[in-house]
Amino acid sequence: MDNLQLKDLYEGFRDPSVIKALAKQINIEAKKLEKPLYIMEVCGGHTHTIMKYGLKQLLPTNIDFIHGPGCPVCIMPKERIDHAIALSEQKDVILLTLGDMIRVPGSKSSLAEHRAKGYDIRPLYSPMDALGIAQDNPDKKVIFFAIGFETTTPMTAALIDRTVKSKINNLFFHINHVLVPPAVDAIMADKRAKINAFIGPSHVSVISGAKIYLRIPEAYKAPVVVSGFEPVDVMQSILMILRQRNENRSEMEIEYSRSVTLEGNTKAQELINTYLHPRGHFRWRGIGDIPDSALELRPEYAKYDAEKIYADVLPQEPIDDHKLCICGEILKGLAKPHDCSVFGTACTPNKPLGSCMVSSEGACNAYYRFAEV
Amino acid sequence: MKDIQLSHGGGGEETNSLIRDLFYKAFENETLLAAEDAALLKVEKNIAFTTDSFTVSPIFFSGGDIGKLAIAGTVNDLAMMGARPLYLSAAFIIEEGFAFDKLQMIVDSMAKELKKSGAKIVCGDTKVVPRGSVDQIFINTAGIGEVIKEGISSNDLHLDDVIIVTGDVGRHGAAVLMEREGLGINGDIQSDCDTLWPAVEALIDGNISISAMRDATRGGLSAVLNEWAEQSSVCLEIEEAHIPINEPVQGICELFGFEALDFANEGTAVVCVAPLHAQMALDILRSTEVGKNAQVIGRVTNKKEGKVILFSSHGSSRYLDLPKGELLPRIC
Amino acid sequence: MCLSIPSKIVKIDEDNIATVDTMGISREVSLDLMADDVTIGDYILIHVGFAMNKIDKDEALQSLSVYQEMLEAMQEDERRQLIEDDDNCENR
Repeated sequence: MDNLQLKDLYEGFRDPSVIKALAKQINIEAKKLEKPLYIMEVCGGHTHTIMKYGLKQLLPTNIDFIHGPGCPVCIMPKERIDHAIALSEQKDVILLTLGDMIRVPGSKSSLAEHRAKGYDIRPLYSPMDALGIAQDNPDKKVIFFAIGFETTTPMTAALIDRTVKSKINNLFFHINHVLVPPAVDAIMADKRAKINAFIGPSHVSVISGAKIYLRIPEAYKAPVVVSGFEPVDVMQSILMILRQRNENRSEMEIEYSRSVTLEGNTKAQELINTYLHPRGHFRWRGIGDIPDSALELRPEYAKYDAEKIYADVLPQEPIDDHKLCICGEILKGLAKPHDCSVFGTACTPNKPLGSCMVSSEGACNAYYRFAEV
Repeated sequence: MKDIQLSHGGGGEETNSLIRDLFYKAFENETLLAAEDAALLKVEKNIAFTTDSFTVSPIFFSGGDIGKLAIAGTVNDLAMMGARPLYLSAAFIIEEGFAFDKLQMIVDSMAKELKKSGAKIVCGDTKVVPRGSVDQIFINTAGIGEVIKEGISSNDLHLDDVIIVTGDVGRHGAAVLMEREGLGINGDIQSDCDTLWPAVEALIDGNISISAMRDATRGGLSAVLNEWAEQSSVCLEIEEAHIPINEPVQGICELFGFEALDFANEGTAVVCVAPLHAQMALDILRSTEVGKNAQVIGRVTNKKEGKVILFSSHGSSRYLDLPKGELLPRIC
Repeated sequence: MCLSIPSKIVKIDEDNIATVDTMGISREVSLDLMADDVTIGDYILIHVGFAMNKIDKDEALQSLSVYQEMLEAMQEDERRQLIEDDDNCENR
């Protein structure tokens, strides 16, 4: 096989025989574990893979997954969803965002419900589409409500770059980009957190480079393996984690070597740094305020910043989740979705009470939709 | 004549010439041309009766159009009950200003599709409404068929029955999704919109013991399997790797995170047959044009009543649930 | 969400746009985030309409061949085990 076909990149990393063989090896290696392994897969895409391919069923009982907060829609606090809704209500505004945000309920409504009422709200498949919409509607104020982890941030930065260089003056930004490592720190700050290994996100790492995890193994005595998102990748990463633990190592390793390097995409990083910088505080739904965990537009670009321009209409009061919601505990591995008294009853994907149920990558949502037999 | 005007729906001269020159010409048959207030029909056996309204957007899509869909959809509903499709009604609600050429194409498409089952349009109605009242054109078809195989019911699946799907899944939903603006994708996906009667007729002629049949429209294969499991209080155990999905459909699912099993089909059916007849049913289906890619995908068990279980080829399994939420508006 | 999939570059257009193919579906993506030049036939990861990086074909091939070797080794072990079990079978 010296000629790589595109379909090899799909099928090769989904090969059932390879998955089974890796499962066998994992089961053998896991027998040597002194203590149970609690692996957090940070990224929602990995949660999705684990649930869709039923990988937990292939693992021995001394390995468990703790599903992390890696879903930018799930962690968006309600008051910020209310920002999007408030912006859409302003005169001559066209509100744009990525598709996943449209259905998430804020405190009273969702963007989808508001769109049905007649407000101009449009889901985009690519941030670049915002340029065309702004140019086609010169008398409107087009606001891009930007969401996503490090994977999606450079695309917003590229959009801002084009906006500034093309001197488009009717396109504005409401930035809600968040960062992975501070979230990991926030979860691990709770001494009760059981996590002792990490599967690092695939595509955050493509952009930022694996270097952003270098301090985690040392800080938490936990192996970090940066994994691809196909089932073979995840199984191989679990095996690598196991071997580290059995050899008493805590290191950062890259399983996803076909796409991840230590340095990452430096051009993307530069673009981000040109226009955005960390903001002091950002509330994560289910976790609370995490310092330096999110980005905002640099002050020199304030004229594009919808959060500043519309400050007087944007609600500031933090809105907590329902008191029966235990997403915070689930994120730290202290509880499972089934432990929650409202899981599947008052709290379902159609009417989520907490962050973990909001989108297909939240733990509760994944458990609900991909229920194991 | 370039555009349809309000006068074409007025009931006067313009209406008559539209009906005569367009509809009667395309759908020509004795009953229709008798032009009575109601069609007088005779059916020997028990009757199956169904209706559907078609509001698909866009009205022309890769592999079909709203007309083809309006015929295939209703004819298929009859076929799925073991009924030979005989007579259809067709009601058109047309937006003022709709291009006549487009109407001609749609009507020709309907006439062509009717030939596959031999069914006839024996009565109809035409309304023209002001701009903005409908999105270009809506069509309703109702259909009467004679039941030539009794006992086919979604409430009647039996233990050990074999589940067969007549072709690859998800093509209609994927084709419509591709045509919608904003996605910016191109691909070679044709809707599977087609008449299933020839395949059903072949199964009936082959004396296949059929428990149930359903065409997998909105909600896709997932919906049919779940409905069956619930209505018959059985478990459906499905081999994921056996479900045929063609590559570009899989490509769209990869690109946007969709599941092909949730996408609509408009010419693909799920057939549940007695185990001893499974191979024969498969051979018969594969000998027909519309069923040439048929596959066995699973069987009926009592493992977990009311649920559909999907088995992977790497040793894990999960429940296949009903698709949730609005995936695609106005796909049929 | 970070959904991102491998696609193949089939055409490079003006203004830093490329046409890519994913299992028969083609779409345009922006190359604004790519520092290195890309050529037709490259495999890239795309995310929300942008190319994120070039997939390292050698690394991919190496990973895949390591898995194949692992499979072959396990099958060989299994075969040997079966033969051994058979040899040691008490019912002979």
